[in-house]
Amino acid sequence: MTTIATTGATSSPLTGTINALSDTSALFGRHLRHLVRMPEKLLSVTLMPVAYVVLFGVLFGSAMSVPGGNYEEYLMAGILAQTMLTNVSSTALGVATDLGNGLVDRFRSLPMSNTAVLLARTGSNLVLSAVSIVVMSAVGYLVGWRITSGVLPALGGYGLLLLLGFAMAWLGALLGLVLRDAEAINSVAFLIVLPLTFLSNAFIPLGGLPGWLRAICEWNPLSAVVIVCRQLFGNVTGAVTTSFAGRHPLALSLLFTLLLLVIVAPLAVRAYRRAVTR
Amino acid sequence: MDVAIYAEGLRKRYGEHEALRGVDFSVPAGTVLGVLGPNGAGKTTSVRILATLLDADDGTARVAGFDVASHPHEVRRRIGLTGQYAAVDERLTGRENLRLIGILHHLGRRRARTIADDLLAEFGLTDAADRAVKGYSGGMRRRLDLAASLVAGPQVLFLDEPTTGLDPHSRNTLWQSIRDQVSAGVTVLLTTQYLDEADQLADRILVIDKGQVIADGTPDELKRKVGGERLRIKLVAAGDTERAAQALGQVGIGSATVDDDGVTVTVALAPGIDAVAEAAAALAQLGVTVADFGVFRPSLDDVFLSLTGAAA
Repeated sequence: MTTIATTGATSSPLTGTINALSDTSALFGRHLRHLVRMPEKLLSVTLMPVAYVVLFGVLFGSAMSVPGGNYEEYLMAGILAQTMLTNVSSTALGVATDLGNGLVDRFRSLPMSNTAVLLARTGSNLVLSAVSIVVMSAVGYLVGWRITSGVLPALGGYGLLLLLGFAMAWLGALLGLVLRDAEAINSVAFLIVLPLTFLSNAFIPLGGLPGWLRAICEWNPLSAVVIVCRQLFGNVTGAVTTSFAGRHPLALSLLFTLLLLVIVAPLAVRAYRRAVTR
Repeated sequence: MDVAIYAEGLRKRYGEHEALRGVDFSVPAGTVLGVLGPNGAGKTTSVRILATLLDADDGTARVAGFDVASHPHEVRRRIGLTGQYAAVDERLTGRENLRLIGILHHLGRRRARTIADDLLAEFGLTDAADRAVKGYSGGMRRRLDLAASLVAGPQVLFLDEPTTGLDPHSRNTLWQSIRDQVSAGVTVLLTTQYLDEADQLADRILVIDKGQVIADGTPDELKRKVGGERLRIKLVAAGDTERAAQALGQVGIGSATVDDDGVTVTVALAPGIDAVAEAAAALAQLGVTVADFGVFRPSLDDVFLSLTGAAA
């Protein structure tokens, strides 16, 4: 069986690819309909981040000082990146639901691409991420956050955030297929997201941390993404250190996210191909 | 193609648990095989292997002329599967569900649309077609689920406990839809826990228990093995039990059995109303007071009792 498992004995690789694309777009349409019909889902990706911007901005902002700028400016890239991490649990829960109610069995009994099912799922999660990025940026603007660089670097920053969100969605797909159970998914996703979020430069400047802790935070992939976004948005980056991780954030952020994607996506497709209800 | 489904020596093990221990059977094209067995007997595991969802540890299986292990894609193009859950998307409408399946079968948008409309009409779902499935009744969901498995006009249809949990009316409607498919030439493998369902629909019945085939035959053959109808009476006084059991043993097939409560007596009867009348007359002649008198058909429990010596 090939990766895009639509190629039968009679069809050429080209028809296989065309069919896989058609499968992906059909299922993508399914997920977009879900989004429109579940306003609560849209609310959770818009209201929550807004609450983060306002709460963290006010609470931490009054207590924290960032060398060379204000806290709101420092905070935005951190909250945007942190929001991308929530894709782990939302994708995992969606995959587990399809598995639990037998839809995965049905899809797997059809002559369609296995990859398409997960690609449509993670791709649609990316749409959700894009929506929350737009909403958060607007709220950020209202509280005084500005992109001071230019259109292209800003788009680069948003692109990197979406890449992180996409990798996290694939990680979520794998977790959903392996764990299957909503409670297990929530606890494991929490265990992944919590240290990534707080052992990073997302909310706090790392300058005041003890050396060993700062090293951990600097090597955190999320920190690399956040620094790059701050640079691309033209925001204050906090104290840039002389360490290797601090000096090469772009290379590290791309390496981490792409590496995760390259490892996790094939594993998820493999798990899907063997998944059956119960 | 004479044999639509062929299985030989299918084995599947989950850790310590052996779900299938060498299952063989074949289903001639255009016929219905009923697979009967209690929960955990291996019914669903068999269906999943044949529907390419699960790899067997050992053995071979061919569906619609293709090996399920080496040509799963060709098998998938020719089968329909309706599982134990109504595997439809709750947030989509009935029409959207069927169209989606048609597109995923690569029928093209236009054909997918026409087929969806036809199936909705055939299954009496046209009025509900544009409502989200979330609001459907259990029977409507199962009908939509069956319709979804028919979108690409399958040669072989797998129905895994299709009527579990349905009310009698919905069950009859679904049975009729299944019969329609059979008369159109579709080969059906149906798993069920209900003897009467297999009796109603199947040309042959396979009884499996603990991963093995324990009986195989037409519904009539199987019933002959199990015995026909049973008479169960409940007496008012325990003192009458022995005499009543003796009298019933003479009119019935084999000897009568007495339940633990000491007042309930059961006996197998020859088919027909005469045997019931004879039993009633015998009891009247004895002059015992009968609190309850009823005739029932053998249940799955009875099938298992007589085939395995253990309750299902």
